[in-house]
Amino acid sequence: MSTLQSVSSTTTTVSSARSGRRVLNACCVVSLGAVLLYFAGFSSLPALHNAAHDTRHTAAFPCH
Amino acid sequence: MIKRMLQTAGFAGMGAALVLTLIQAIWVSPLILQAETYEQAASAGLSDAHEAGEHHHEDDGWAPENGWQRVTSSAAANLVVGVAFGLVLAGAISLRPPRKLSIGLLWGLAGYAVFVLAPSAGLPPELPGTQAADLHARQLWWVGTAIATAIGLALIAFAPKTWLKVAGVVLLAVPHLIGSPQLASPEMLAPAALHHEFVIATLLADASFWVTLGLLCTVLSRRAAAPGPFTSPQQEYA
Repeated sequence: MSTLQSVSSTTTTVSSARSGRRVLNACCVVSLGAVLLYFAGFSSLPALHNAAHDTRHTAAFPCH
Repeated sequence: MIKRMLQTAGFAGMGAALVLTLIQAIWVSPLILQAETYEQAASAGLSDAHEAGEHHHEDDGWAPENGWQRVTSSAAANLVVGVAFGLVLAGAISLRPPRKLSIGLLWGLAGYAVFVLAPSAGLPPELPGTQAADLHARQLWWVGTAIATAIGLALIAFAPKTWLKVAGVVLLAVPHLIGSPQLASPEMLAPAALHHEFVIATLLADASFWVTLGLLCTVLSRRAAAPGPFTSPQQEYA
């Protein structure tokens, strides 16, 4: 393998690893958002429902 | 990387929640309170309150009193929802960082389509005192519709091949072809005019929320990713 090919292969591997990490980070952040969304908009715990009642109606979440 | 996204989501969510809270306090909440007077009147004349499709906050654990308690708890819930949607949007745009503010606006409108317009097409915003189908069935349809719409829009916007874009269009339509859970003859205690105003108020409040969130996420993510004096250009958005 020539030096040029080796450098190109290494660059591709680094770029691919960086891209994979970016996707993983995005998934983690979106998942955290989904968990928060569940508690604010979908949880059936009465106290949470009552506290977020007007928000659920305003954000067009199914409420009752 | 994650820290940047969390910061972007946190600050953008706070800004959007502030906008939502203001519009909610001025326009939406008074309509909800008005609808609840019809509920209370109906419950006074009915022995079995559940038949009227109503809810008793007092019987179901702690509930904020009308007034500052209710405003504060709604503001706190708006903040949680703002940060939650901020996290979802910041995560998504980190994969395709918008260079222009107009693209950020499109991201915000896409969020509005995914989380408000598409679900509301089958399950319109409802006032207290409105009878509806089983809650879990409606929640399931809401979540499925949001996911299908998000994937559909992503395919239409970013897929390299035409057949994938067509699949995206199909995905947008699937939840509505399946249909949302509906009662055969739903009853509404509030007058139709109040309900119509409520639908318009919520759709406009949510549009303001999502536009603010899209713009703030773009501005803050660009600022967070801007190369500092010791950052190489390759580290941008890494």
